[in-house]
Amino acid sequence: MSRRGRTLWVVGLVAALVVAGVVSSYASASPDGLEWAAEQSGFLSTAEDSAAATSPLADYGVSGVDSERLSGGLAGVIGVLVTLVLAGSLTLLLRRRSRSAATAED
Amino acid sequence: MHVPDGFLDAPTSAATAAVAAGGVALALRGARRELDERTAPLAGLTAAFVFAVQMVNFPVGAGTSGHLMGGLLAAVLVGPWTAVLCLTVVLGVQALLFADGGLTALGTNVTLLGLVAVAVGWGVFRLLARLLPTTRGGVLTAAGVGAFLSVPVAALVFVGLFAVGGVADVPVGTVAAAMGGVHVLIGLGEAAITVAVVGAVLAVRPDLVHGARALRRATLLAERPASVPAGAR
Repeated sequence: MSRRGRTLWVVGLVAALVVAGVVSSYASASPDGLEWAAEQSGFLSTAEDSAAATSPLADYGVSGVDSERLSGGLAGVIGVLVTLVLAGSLTLLLRRRSRSAATAED
Repeated sequence: MHVPDGFLDAPTSAATAAVAAGGVALALRGARRELDERTAPLAGLTAAFVFAVQMVNFPVGAGTSGHLMGGLLAAVLVGPWTAVLCLTVVLGVQALLFADGGLTALGTNVTLLGLVAVAVGWGVFRLLARLLPTTRGGVLTAAGVGAFLSVPVAALVFVGLFAVGGVADVPVGTVAAAMGGVHVLIGLGEAAITVAVVGAVLAVRPDLVHGARALRRATLLAERPASVPAGAR
């Protein structure tokens, strides 16, 4: 990656970590559009708990961490890093490794 | 809009899982054409960024909220096939680790937020990008409209799935009205976030924005020593 490419990447990652780790605690707690519409139309009760509901990170909290803000922020940071590693590995595996791409780098 | 387990019956969930699997298989092939040494690192970051922004629900009207879906945002940044893969990873992580969106509904969610939102958003984006002037404003307008429309269309596709395989006995018109109305509002938020993020990346690295390749060619053609490139403003 070029230097400016690296700068953009680092700024983007910091932005993602701040959004997931800090800004997320200011998110609206109201039901989202689908949940609201399901409630309005009277079928919200048909929702079932996911089999993953017992995950230690369920509902964007880390089980065992009491502070709501810390728990949510930590869950967000973990989620960003896990997503980055999984999607990053996948896209790195799929990329074209051609010489022309390497020399086109500025 | 993460569909939980239980809303749709087993045959419908199985059908959407098959559609999702087919779409992801196609995306795995298509993304090879979009990803190279320069763009691949940005693709992983795009997925992580979409995950982060999806956590931030914004209020829409009284008592309800919405969050970015991110399909068109990812498509404009890294290409539509790669965007499908990004959204699939995000939805998989959310369903498996965070219990956000059901497990049997994962195929439904990949179909709606991955395939439908990306396809609709990208189709509208490409159409408008061709009609509008090849400028930064043109690209951002096309991105905004594409992002906006992707949300209510995905919501209406859910209504279609509910009509076919909804577990509850509720008139489809009622569901359509509730889903459509609120997701038009959420679509406005989707457009605002998409335009802001694409605009920010265009300002610093227009060469890395997949959806602005035509803009880059136009800028290179217009570039003269004495003039300011259109993309550099």
